[in-house]
Amino acid sequence: MKPAAFDYLRPADLDEALDTLHEAGSDAKVMAGGQSLMPMLNMRLLTPSVIVDISDLEALDRIEAVNGHIEIGAAATQASLGEWPELAAKSPLLAEALPNIGHFQTRNRGTVCGSLAHSDPSSELPLCLATLGGGVVLQSKAGSRTVAASDFQTDMLTTDCGPQEMLVAARFPVAEPGAGYAFAEIARRHGDFAIVALAAMVTGETIRLGVGGVADTPQVREWQGLKGGALDDALNAFAWEMGGSDDVHATARYRREIVRRIGRKVIAEAKDAADR
Amino acid sequence: MPLIAKDARHRIAFTLNGEDVEGYAEPRMLLVDFLRHELGATGTHVGCEHGVCGACTIRVNGRAARACLMLAVQADGKTLDTVEGLAASDGALSPLQQAFHEKFALQCGFCTPGLLMSLGEVIERNPDPSEQDIRIAISGNICRCTGYQEIIDAALAAAAVLRGETPPSQNKD
Repeated sequence: MKPAAFDYLRPADLDEALDTLHEAGSDAKVMAGGQSLMPMLNMRLLTPSVIVDISDLEALDRIEAVNGHIEIGAAATQASLGEWPELAAKSPLLAEALPNIGHFQTRNRGTVCGSLAHSDPSSELPLCLATLGGGVVLQSKAGSRTVAASDFQTDMLTTDCGPQEMLVAARFPVAEPGAGYAFAEIARRHGDFAIVALAAMVTGETIRLGVGGVADTPQVREWQGLKGGALDDALNAFAWEMGGSDDVHATARYRREIVRRIGRKVIAEAKDAADR
Repeated sequence: MPLIAKDARHRIAFTLNGEDVEGYAEPRMLLVDFLRHELGATGTHVGCEHGVCGACTIRVNGRAARACLMLAVQADGKTLDTVEGLAASDGALSPLQQAFHEKFALQCGFCTPGLLMSLGEVIERNPDPSEQDIRIAISGNICRCTGYQEIIDAALAAAAVLRGETPPSQNKD
């Protein structure tokens, strides 16, 4: 299990990285933390001709709250987000979800934007971005554009990021006053890929629930004023609509049961947090 | 760093356990293979080669990281620590190594370098970890011999020693 040969570029700045992507297109692969990309290279699921390593680009290593968003640059690691002093206040959902991402050793190098670009169906950060209604900034030599989470992740491990584009920043909306958030994940062991991951946001009578690990992309539903049996019915309908399938980790039926039961639990936790 | 061609061997220099080292590697060479084959530092073990087992865990600029999920070229200019750097130059074991020895926290020893390097960062950052903290911290290190309990005992004992306390009793019967 060794990677196939590739050229390697550690660009001096973003422009050099984008120039390389412009010329090489889909033959190039951007590497930030490499915690998803390196396994795929090692297993030769990917054989790019050039790797553009942006992990040491300091201009992209930033986390800041601007215009109601937490903006996270492409070189910022999951560990640095976890250690960001404002995280718990600015995003209780991200603060609760972060320890579930892989292990601390992979979070030390793995980046937030890298997880989003990789778009694993059971990945926590794409789920949080979708549930919060955030977006990403894609940049190429031709310019930059902002894409909403719901439009960005198009399929399993597939995004709207073009071959000459780079995901340069993620924008997670800052927690709304009066809103409550909760996250839960079912996995066989801590740090494993989630069998099902759930993120809830409750604001007054509005309930928003995001689910990862069932469909090919994170799915989000929003309901108004549902309680008791009506909420159970909505969760059951949601669980069936996602059309999960059986795999080695769990049956589709087990996944539906998690959505129904743990869905109920995270919504209750988010409501409690909102009432505090 | 200019573009390195796929078939070119590039000079790589970094600090390994406090000493300046250098060698040559193609871009695709994994850091763990560079350590073992180019530098002869075979203390770091190669297990799954996709970041799951934790056997190859080293410290990069102080942070625990998988040496199988890094390229050798990425280590250029950085500060690396591996299991070879834990014991003193006279062979005296570090408190964590000593606790592993006393608590029987290894049998075959294949996972041990990765566990030592992982736990080193854990105890540095949290000098008074709970048992649960240790369990979560080593969830990314697979051991097939011990059943983990002895490793957890060793980590807690080492943390106690590093805090200047008497470690919990060795007797378990």
